[in-house]
Amino acid sequence: MNKRAESLGAAMKKAGIQNGMTISFHHHLRNGDYVMNMVLDEAAKMGIKDLTVQASSVFDVHQPIIEHIRNGVVTGIETNYMGAKVGKAISEGILDRPVRFRSHGGRPDAIEKGRVKIDIAFVAAPCADASGNANGIYGPSACGSLGYACADAKYAKTTIVVTDYLAEYPLSPASIEETDVDYVVVVDKIGDAAGIVSGTTQITRDPVGLKIAETAARVIEHSGYLADGFSFQTGAGGASLAVTKYLKPIMKRKNVSGSFGLGGITGYMVDMLREGYFKKLMDVQCFDLKAVESLKTNPDHIEVSASRYASPGVISACVDHLDAVILGATQIDTDFNVNVHTDSNGYIMGGSGGHSDTAAGAKLSIIVAPLFRARLPIIVDRALCVSTPGNTVDVLVTQRGIAVNPAREALRKRLTDACLPVYDIGELKEMAEKITGKPDDIELGERIAAEVEYRDGSIIDKIRCVK
Amino acid sequence: MRSMLFIPGNNPGMLLNADVHGADAMILDLEDAVSPDQKDAARILVRNAVRALDYQNGKLVIRINPIGTPFFDDDLQAVVPLSPDYIMPTKVDSAEYIKALSEKLDLLEAECGLENGKISIIPLIETAEGIENAFAIAKADKRVKALFLGAEDYSADLHAVRSKQGDEILYARGRILNAARAAAIDAYDTPFTDVNDEEGLEKDASLAREMGFTGKAAISPRHITAINAAFSPSKAEIQYAKEVLEAIEEGKRLGKGAVSLRGKMIDKPVVDRAKRVIEDMLALGLGGDDE
Repeated sequence: MNKRAESLGAAMKKAGIQNGMTISFHHHLRNGDYVMNMVLDEAAKMGIKDLTVQASSVFDVHQPIIEHIRNGVVTGIETNYMGAKVGKAISEGILDRPVRFRSHGGRPDAIEKGRVKIDIAFVAAPCADASGNANGIYGPSACGSLGYACADAKYAKTTIVVTDYLAEYPLSPASIEETDVDYVVVVDKIGDAAGIVSGTTQITRDPVGLKIAETAARVIEHSGYLADGFSFQTGAGGASLAVTKYLKPIMKRKNVSGSFGLGGITGYMVDMLREGYFKKLMDVQCFDLKAVESLKTNPDHIEVSASRYASPGVISACVDHLDAVILGATQIDTDFNVNVHTDSNGYIMGGSGGHSDTAAGAKLSIIVAPLFRARLPIIVDRALCVSTPGNTVDVLVTQRGIAVNPAREALRKRLTDACLPVYDIGELKEMAEKITGKPDDIELGERIAAEVEYRDGSIIDKIRCVK
Repeated sequence: MRSMLFIPGNNPGMLLNADVHGADAMILDLEDAVSPDQKDAARILVRNAVRALDYQNGKLVIRINPIGTPFFDDDLQAVVPLSPDYIMPTKVDSAEYIKALSEKLDLLEAECGLENGKISIIPLIETAEGIENAFAIAKADKRVKALFLGAEDYSADLHAVRSKQGDEILYARGRILNAARAAAIDAYDTPFTDVNDEEGLEKDASLAREMGFTGKAAISPRHITAINAAFSPSKAEIQYAKEVLEAIEEGKRLGKGAVSLRGKMIDKPVVDRAKRVIEDMLALGLGGDDE
């Protein structure tokens, strides 16, 4: 059969796009993605209204969606992460229907269990053949793993693969298989390579970030989890990635042979794989070109779907095997509840991503954060939004000390015995407030801007509009 | 003190976190880091930072502008009430400089109700003349607790080209060190200025320690860990020192005049060195048995 459509518009017509549909997107092209904007522009041209955008993430590059919301083309957004630019408009109440936030594991579970029904999935594919076999490792827009698109392609009523690099049939490897693809469209460009992945991910040079990272590595060292078979996940930004810089010499000194590195993968984790610190990398998302190249060439660098990565609804997922994860926070409260959805003023500027999934799965979840940002303390009485519940968070590491969840008394003792600077979280809060003072509570509006669905499907918190 | 970290006096973000990097001392800088049109602002910022943040994790040093500049007296007026552990005068070239400073400190300490002599002095020696007068400077006043070599200005004064391996400052290092030890005070080495060369830093710090310096200054917080490591007794040194002291005890118990260890005579300098290593170990809270 011929799956080729001559244009994006033609593919959308063939897929029977209509008012009120749910259309989905993945975020592997990150801030370089052209596809969501192209599809929404096309829908607007066709006079389509009332669409729900079901996107694994919404980045700043997707700002044109704000105009489509104003014009009624888009009336709903469901996502796992939302950048500050669109987040600001949402927090100001531009959308009547609250945004539905999920996690990277909760989203595929909701799709697979039918709680989320996708009418048309648009799969941006850096490389695809005419039958829709697709991967992210070849072509000018190579992004590496396509893990977040798997559930969409499989469960959507109609799946459209959008590519700018058509390969000969049969494309191998196929992250997305032809069995799930209805139409294939070739466009000039699916994205801007500069925004998709960075050349190399640099470790922070901020001395406070490095101090936090060094302390976090020592927490892992003395946690009791750093032994042969150790598995580890960390993010690409700030202090998180820097933890690997300090963990590496500790693993070497203690002669620890790790099992796997998980998650969004950077060149730094690729180096650790090559140097034998880990035996495998399980990759749901590549952050830089080195990671893309490694996924392409190293059989021990494995692509995993979002569902296998973090879904709570499968028999087992990668996060369930995870020993330690390093996570960030915009706020953490004295019950260890973490906010990664809003800034300290209540504006949406993020989302769980895999935060709550890995915190729940990992044996040791460590939050790294400075004690204050600008004039605002990070530790608060009550987080403006509970993104990750405190009962899944074990340790907070700041530049002036660490706090251990009181539920982890044995861990606290281990860290205290190792002469790490352990405090009660309330003491750390006082330390910060001694310098910054205690800021007034933020006054928020009554309207609900977003609802946060925890990975198990329950609503864990609601985010109100700003005044 | 193994490490002294420079913090620009006009940088609120760095002042806020000055004491989290593990440095044994912080040098809040009113001199070279601050341009002349910002001197007054930096003075106010440093004063407020010290009052509000109450730096607990390390000694407090404040570097002031040189005598003879319009900033010297204002700096002292602002800084003495903060009762820092040390004042670091700059471009110190003679004993008279230190005597003049000490007299001013006598008056200001009295005005502020501080105990006389509470504030110590670490002269920064960074001119050819200063190097030649190092011993006189060290002995100029009882407030002087250490000498500190500033190699950037010094090598410019020499018309030398500053290099990483530092052959051009070898004389100054030796001279400062000898003067300080002759006066029974400490000696601090110049900072290593390439913030991204970790290997170069380690070499430079080891050299300084082997020469006999007490510690080393740093211009980047990222240098502190390596400097602290270089100036801390190693596991092997601690082990050897313990063996030396045990052998001496054993010799005393057996009434032996001469004691040997690992086939070598233990004489007084070896014993003194072992005692210093153990003192350092205790002061730093190192057990010597972990890692």
